[in-house]
Amino acid sequence: MLGYTIKRLLQMTLVLFVVSVIVFLMMSFTGDPVFMVIPIDSTEAEIEQARRLLGLDRSLFSQYWIFLTNLLQGDFGRSYVFRQPAMDLILERLPATIEMVLVAITLATLVAVPLGVYAGANPNRPASRGIMAGSLLGISLPGFWVGMMLIFFFSVRHQFLPSSGRGETIQFLGLRLSILTADGWSHIILPAVTLALATLAIILRITRAGMMEVMRQDYIRFARAKGASRRHILFGHGLKNALIPVVTIFGLQLGDLIAFATITETIFAWPGTGKLLIDSIYRGDRPVIVVYLMLTAFIFVAINFIVDIVYTLIDPRITVK
Amino acid sequence: MNRLLSSEFLYNYRRNLPAIFGSALLVIFGLMALVGPLLVSQNPYDVSQLELMDSFKPPAWLEGGDSRYLLGTDGQGRDVLALIVYGARISAFIGLTAMAFSCVIGTTLGLLSGYYSGTLDSIIMRIADIQLSFPSMLIALFLMSAFGTGIVMVLIALTAVGWVVYARTVRGSTLSEIQKEYIQAARVAGLGNFQIIIRHVLPNVMTPLIVVSTIQVGTFILIEASLSFLGVGVPITEPSLGLLVKEGFDVLFSGIWWTSAFPGLFIMFLVFGINLFGDFLRDELNPRLR
Repeated sequence: MLGYTIKRLLQMTLVLFVVSVIVFLMMSFTGDPVFMVIPIDSTEAEIEQARRLLGLDRSLFSQYWIFLTNLLQGDFGRSYVFRQPAMDLILERLPATIEMVLVAITLATLVAVPLGVYAGANPNRPASRGIMAGSLLGISLPGFWVGMMLIFFFSVRHQFLPSSGRGETIQFLGLRLSILTADGWSHIILPAVTLALATLAIILRITRAGMMEVMRQDYIRFARAKGASRRHILFGHGLKNALIPVVTIFGLQLGDLIAFATITETIFAWPGTGKLLIDSIYRGDRPVIVVYLMLTAFIFVAINFIVDIVYTLIDPRITVK
Repeated sequence: MNRLLSSEFLYNYRRNLPAIFGSALLVIFGLMALVGPLLVSQNPYDVSQLELMDSFKPPAWLEGGDSRYLLGTDGQGRDVLALIVYGARISAFIGLTAMAFSCVIGTTLGLLSGYYSGTLDSIIMRIADIQLSFPSMLIALFLMSAFGTGIVMVLIALTAVGWVVYARTVRGSTLSEIQKEYIQAARVAGLGNFQIIIRHVLPNVMTPLIVVSTIQVGTFILIEASLSFLGVGVPITEPSLGLLVKEGFDVLFSGIWWTSAFPGLFIMFLVFGINLFGDFLRDELNPRLR
């Protein structure tokens, strides 16, 4: 187990290294950042000097080396626009994104797992077919459009829920959170529902597929013969054994949600990292884009790592090599 | 054998209501994209046909609606239905082309990877692993922001995120096919590797490819719509359905919902149709995945 953990940690480092190379290379293609920092009427000499100051006159390789050593020393560069450390900008907005993603995935799981268990245990009932058709529709929905329609219905037409911002936040353990106030909840509910829909559909389908597979097994038949209650069979024996693919997809979905949060945050003007990313892309604010990508890469790799460890905990049959 | 298979396929198709519904949606949308421009009264990109007086007309069945504009008009007096018809062509073109590109590239890499295994295989599969640990939406968004926007860039970005699925699927089936006797027989008969891959392996790994391709078109249309919605997709001169929704977003708060609601609804039904049909294909062609 320890050996496996170390091996995975080394793999993680390698992946992050590759990502840093790719991010760096890609970013060096996006126009000349020197024009982001100098006044429009600069002379040729001033441009040259700015270039030297930014280190843009060096070779690509030595630029990468500086980039990497700075990253490792915790220096992630400064935003061209805000003139602040890029990392601070992102960390300041990270709680908002994580809060929304967690509310969304909780919502999705709470709805999807019971429906998936039902549809998997009774695959031929009309209700199950309806659930499955609904989930397919959920996958087909363009998330941004759903968000807009929710805004139109709940904010424009009925003025029932606010359409933008985080609402009132409360400082908790050093984080500003919306979910601790009623006003915050009224702000978070629409973006969270928008974000949750696709995930809900996917978790539902995976749960159902897992349940259908498990319900065929002998131990389910045995549990029935033994006279265990239906509830106990479904959740105690069935769901417990159908959980492995659900956990995998749960990890992947968490990553997807962070990515799709960029869209949801843009629609609902939710002041999180995703909106910062999109704004930075518009403004050509390279350091912020780089830090965002490196940070999300780190988060994804860490999620995958945790999922792999969780496997061994929920299924003793899986032994690590 | 082939005939039997296809007749059973048809039999199941006729009994599968969702599949019929899905393919009906696709046929309707396909026809709309193909001949739609002949059916709508206006070319929304020909300025001489636009009447500014007709801007922001609601759909025809609502008060103030105009029977000439079934789904209403936008701020420049353009017929929303006509915009959708033209936009659907761009969306469908991008979805299908990106599917074809990523299919060719992914299948080639998958075949090579599965057939030769070894170093090439591990390199390709490691790249695929790394790429799959990131959401395709984020990779596409990143590529678009790094290399600029436009239809060609959208196609490149979609291909770059789409090949992995094909490579993985094809590699898997190739690995199991080359164990089989007919491949050994072909080797003994003295066929070259290239011949074996093209003539014997490829036809036998096609089935899962069809399923993957169907679903991929839907995925690509959705990703393209999201990119265009964020403003890093297609240019304003070639508006896809996603861009139409984005344009509608600006006026949504003044209560004008039809310029964004209908294009979005269209994307939804288009992708829903693709997914319904794809689901049916998957169940039919690959019962193991059921």
